[in-house]
Amino acid sequence: MSRRFTPKIVTANRLREGDVVYLTADDQWSPFHHKAELIEDEAHAQMRLLHANAQKLTIVGAYLADARPGLLGPEPTHFREEFRTRGPSNYHHGKQADLAS
Amino acid sequence: MYSYSDFDEAFVRTRVAQFTNQVERRLDGSLTEDEFRPLRLMNGLYLQLHAYMLRVAIPYGTVSPRQMRQLAYIADTWDKGYGHFTTRQNIQFNWPKLPDVPAILSALADVEMHAIQTSGNCVRNVTADHFAGAAADEIADPRPYAELLRQWSTDHPEFQFLPRKFKIAITGSPNDRAVTRAHDIGLRMVRNGAGEPGFEVIVGGGLGRTPMIGVTVRDFLPEADLLPYVEAVLSVYNTLGRRDNKYKARIKITVHETGAEEITRMIEARFAELRPLFGGNDQKLLAEIREAFAPPAFRNAPTDAYNAFYQADPVFRAWADTNLSAHRNAQYAIVTISLKAHGQTPGDASSDQMRLMADLAERYGHSDLRISHEQNVILPHVHKSDLPTLHAALTQAGLGTANVGLLSDIIACPGMDYCALATARSIPVAQELATHFEALKLEHEIGPLKIKISGCINACGHHHVGHIGILGLDRAGVENYQITLGGDGTEDAVIGEKTGPGFAYTEIVPAIERILRAYLGLRVEPSETFLQAFKRVGMEPFKAALYDTEAAQDAA
Repeated sequence: MSRRFTPKIVTANRLREGDVVYLTADDQWSPFHHKAELIEDEAHAQMRLLHANAQKLTIVGAYLADARPGLLGPEPTHFREEFRTRGPSNYHHGKQADLAS
Repeated sequence: MYSYSDFDEAFVRTRVAQFTNQVERRLDGSLTEDEFRPLRLMNGLYLQLHAYMLRVAIPYGTVSPRQMRQLAYIADTWDKGYGHFTTRQNIQFNWPKLPDVPAILSALADVEMHAIQTSGNCVRNVTADHFAGAAADEIADPRPYAELLRQWSTDHPEFQFLPRKFKIAITGSPNDRAVTRAHDIGLRMVRNGAGEPGFEVIVGGGLGRTPMIGVTVRDFLPEADLLPYVEAVLSVYNTLGRRDNKYKARIKITVHETGAEEITRMIEARFAELRPLFGGNDQKLLAEIREAFAPPAFRNAPTDAYNAFYQADPVFRAWADTNLSAHRNAQYAIVTISLKAHGQTPGDASSDQMRLMADLAERYGHSDLRISHEQNVILPHVHKSDLPTLHAALTQAGLGTANVGLLSDIIACPGMDYCALATARSIPVAQELATHFEALKLEHEIGPLKIKISGCINACGHHHVGHIGILGLDRAGVENYQITLGGDGTEDAVIGEKTGPGFAYTEIVPAIERILRAYLGLRVEPSETFLQAFKRVGMEPFKAALYDTEAAQDAA
């Protein structure tokens, strides 16, 4: 018996800036976790990861991260991914500063 | 300090040009990430959680005012106005953008700095006692040897693809401030029966997943044999070291698996082959290097004003008591500038602070600055009469914290606030501990204490050798902090013992408080330090304080 597949998103860092980004259903790279495509099927997840990894001039280090459905869209389930949506806790730097509106 | 030769200059400039071209080829798609990664790592460029990170070498922790100003300039121009000093005496910039990195490396080359061999399976930045050339207890300044090792190891063709990274630390004093027993090679200066200086050679120490204290393979190595002997150690490791398993690839495992006796024999055999090949040019070079580290022209002036100010001003006195160390010239002091203001990130300095420290080093410190592995900045040569003015200037810039060697002088790795390898955060735990005990006003009551925090098993925060070590782990998707007690990074190096089950993020500061309240209750007198008390009473009273209380709370 293989383990049950848990929902995933595809995430990576932008090649030039290093910023954390998420793959959306319409093939964009969004800085927002909740804009990511929530992938419920394992085969589809592998296809999306291949698609991400092919974009060598845009992103680096794509991988699948666990996520769950939320009010606005997918939410991270692990604290590491939660930190990646915000930035560091010791300074108001990274996304929490760049995307504040 | 040492100035680049034409050879050094050409080498570093060539590397900048090569990497500039490599970045261009990555950005235009000629290089894949798999092809580019080893090239960027050779130049200290990592990809972290939120951004790239550039690690710049500060060889043996020595930096000039001009270099410090350039680091400030880099922080302002291409980063977010600050830098992070690390436990390997390097500086890390947390927010560079890939297209800017060639310009940063070029700006570093302008002041004889680089990021070469700050990553990868090669000989890394050689670290040294941060009080080198100034300490009262020193046999000789270890930096000429460190510089010799730097030149020898830089781009050494035989040692560019070692089984794993390789770290060398060197101290010129019997009191080990460079944690030599926890390095791949530790070199500790000693004198032989004839009074000649040489080295105790320690091999196979290391922290990380399998912490080990190194074994002494030579009690006394004459200084003229340094390079051939170190080369022999690396040569044996390069042959035996395990490339099949990353977790068993460090020399500590090689020493452990081969046995101290056998590996010593192999090193000596290889040394016998190599020694005749060193015809004396290394010694000529060492003599030249040594000239570059000649002591400054010390001033001869009265220190009465210092003594009077020390008596009169309690704030200055508190700072002098914690942040000054004995200089070999009695009119002088070694000043440790704390980068551990309560609630701030350990090891971080803003560009303004860097510029101020550069100015103060020029005005009062014979233009010498050091970075310590404990993530502070040192002015090694300050005349005592200048200390009151210096202290006032530091205080104005938030650099006057009087806490060196105390609870809040915490080593913390970047942890999961930055590092891609981390399993939990370190920085906020350090911040919280410092502010919590500051609020309780217990820090000076507790006295000398080294707390060291790592955000993963790789132990960049040296937690194993902290009197209190804290290791952040991921336990079933939650941050969990394991405590070790009784570690010691000095010449009496000891790996700390685990207390038992770990604590949640919100529980770790109260847990440390329970340990320290237990210590205050059981010490025989205020002068008995935490470490001495631990050695006397052992783990049990601290375990009881940690866990019995918790059980009682759970039951309530």
